Amino acid sequence: MKIVVCVKQVPDTKGGVKFNPDGTLDRGAMLAIMNPDDKAGLEAALRLKDQYDAEVTVVTMGLPKAEEVLREALAMGADKGILVTDRVLGGADTWATSQTLAGAIRNLEYDLIITGRQAIDGDTAQVGPQISEHLNIPVISYAQDIKIEGDSVIVQRQYDDRYHVLKAKMPCLITALAELNEPRYMTPGGIFDAYDAEITVWGRADLKDVEDSNLGLKGSPTQIARASDKVRKGAGEKVNLGVAESVDYIVDKLKVKHVI
Amino acid sequence: MNIQDYKGVFVFAQQVDNVLSGIALELVGKGKDLAKDLGVEVTAVLVGSGVAPLADELAEYGADKVIVVDDPELKEYRTEPYAHALASVINEYKPEIFLIGATAIGRDLGPRVSARIHTGLTADCTQLEIGDFPINPIPGKEQLHNQLLMTRPAFGGNTIATIACPEFRPQMATVRPGVMQKAPREAGRKAEVINYNPGFTPDNKYVEILEVVKAVADTVDIMDAKILVSGGRGMGSPENFKILEDLAEVLDGTVSCSRAVVDAGWKPKDLQVGQTGKTVRPNVYFAIGISGAIQHLAGMEESDIIVAINKDETAPIFDVADYGIVGDLNKIVPALTEKLKEAVANK
Repeated sequence: MKIVVCVKQVPDTKGGVKFNPDGTLDRGAMLAIMNPDDKAGLEAALRLKDQYDAEVTVVTMGLPKAEEVLREALAMGADKGILVTDRVLGGADTWATSQTLAGAIRNLEYDLIITGRQAIDGDTAQVGPQISEHLNIPVISYAQDIKIEGDSVIVQRQYDDRYHVLKAKMPCLITALAELNEPRYMTPGGIFDAYDAEITVWGRADLKDVEDSNLGLKGSPTQIARASDKVRKGAGEKVNLGVAESVDYIVDKLKVKHVI
Repeated sequence: MNIQDYKGVFVFAQQVDNVLSGIALELVGKGKDLAKDLGVEVTAVLVGSGVAPLADELAEYGADKVIVVDDPELKEYRTEPYAHALASVINEYKPEIFLIGATAIGRDLGPRVSARIHTGLTADCTQLEIGDFPINPIPGKEQLHNQLLMTRPAFGGNTIATIACPEFRPQMATVRPGVMQKAPREAGRKAEVINYNPGFTPDNKYVEILEVVKAVADTVDIMDAKILVSGGRGMGSPENFKILEDLAEVLDGTVSCSRAVVDAGWKPKDLQVGQTGKTVRPNVYFAIGISGAIQHLAGMEESDIIVAINKDETAPIFDVADYGIVGDLNKIVPALTEKLKEAVANK
C-alpha cells in the first residue's frame, strides 16, 4: 500500500503572533511549523504504515526552506520527502496550488492521498478537495477515523451534529482533522537519519500534465484587491471596583441598554 | 469563457434532513442585496430528495427563482452527486456569482465544484460587496466594474484580505454562517420554480454511506442565542460552569465557551466560540475568565454588547469589551446572578 501525504509549512499563528512596528504580521519572528491538520494526516498515514506496512511519501510545495517540514516528517517515520519548489509556482491561490500538487502526485503511485483539512495561515480547506478533482478520485473530508478494508477505506466523516461512516474504493483522498489523533514525536534516531536523508526536489519541469496557465500567480483565478490588518472596535470602559459596585455597574449598564 | 454570458446571483440553499439550514436564508438575503446592486435576480439552488416544498420558504425570504435538483441519489449529502448537481446548474444557467455557506458541507462542496468548472473560490467570507477591481485605478490597467469583492479574515483572524475573481465566472465564495442577515419574511411571496435534473450515474467518485450517526442535541445552537454567557480557562474547573449556567438562566441565555475549555475536555466542541469554533453575534456576550486570544475575538467581536470579567487587567478581551470589569469572577458572577434575579422579579 502506498500513501502520499501533503503537508505545508506555515507560520505558527497560535499564541506566538508577532507584529512589526507598523502593525503588519512579522512572519520572520514567528515560528515556522508543520501545519497541525497536516501533521494529523501524517500521523494517520504512519499508523497505517505500522499496521499494513504502507509506504509513506510526503510532498510539500513551498520555498526551499520548507524542506524543514519534510525532514520533520522523515524523523517521525515517513519514507520519502519531495519538495516542489520553483519561482514560477509562487503567488499561487488554491486552484494553482492544487494543480501543482496534482501535477507532482501524478508521478507517484498511490492508493491513498491524505492532506490536512486546512492550513492555519489561509484556513481555506480547499486544496485537498481540489487535488482530488484534478486527479478524478473521490474525496472524504473531515476524517475523524480511518480504517482499511480490502481495496476500500472506511472513514468517519465529521459534520456539525453528526458523522457519516463512508466507504470509498481506493485510490481516494482524505482530509484529516487535527482532532484525528495525537501526532507522535520524532525519535532521536529518526532526527539523526532525517538530517542526512536525501530530499527529492522537483521544479516546474517535473510536474506532469499541467498547463503553465494553471500555475503560480498568473494561473490563479483569485486576485488580492486589498489586504490589511484587522481593524478592531476600540475598547470601551474598564472598571476596577469592589464586588458589590461591580455588580451594580453591570446591572446599571444592562438596564441602560434595555437588556433587562 | 465569455464573461458577458454570465448573469445573475445564485446561492446554494443548503438543507439537511429536508430542513433548510439558516445559512440558506442568510445567503438569499445577501444575494438579494448583491443582485439589486447589479440589477439582476437572485436564484436559490435547492438540491436533495423530496425537497421541492422548501422552495416556498426560499421565495418568502426573497428568492426570485428557485432551481430544484431533486433525485434519490441526493438524499444524504455526498460530495460527488452534489458537486455534479451544482456544476451542471452552473454550466446550464451561467450565473456571474455563486455563493455557498462555509459549513462543513459547503467547505467540502465548494472546492470540488470550483475545481470542476475552473474558477476561483474565496473561502469563509465575512463581507461581500459589488465594486471595482482594482479598487483604485492603476495606470495602464483596465479597472473592471461590477466585480464581486470578497472579504475574509486570514492568519487566524490577524489580517483581512479582499479578493476578486476578475477573469473567471462565476465568482464563487463560501460565506461564514451567522454573519449575513436574512431578509424579513414576506408571507405568500412566490418565486419561479425550475426543475432541473442533469442525471446521476454512480461512478468511482460516489462513496457509499454505511451509517449516519447523529449526536444527541437538546441544547440551543449558540449561534441562535440572544444572550451568551461564555466561560474560559479562568473558570478553573468544569464544575464551576454552574455559576455561568445560573447567570444564563436568569437572563434566558445560553452558555458557551472558549477553545481552551474544549481542549481541556470541560465542554463539547459545539459550544466553542472562535475561529475554529462558531461565529456568534448575540445581543449580549459575557466573556468570563476568557483572556481573549485573537482566535476567540474573531468569533465574537461582532456581538452588540460585550461584557468582560477577568482578574487580569491586561487581558486582551478588554480591548474589545464595551464594559470591562477587573475582578474575581467567583465573587462577581454569583452576586450578579442574585442581583439580576431581584431586578427581573421587580419588573
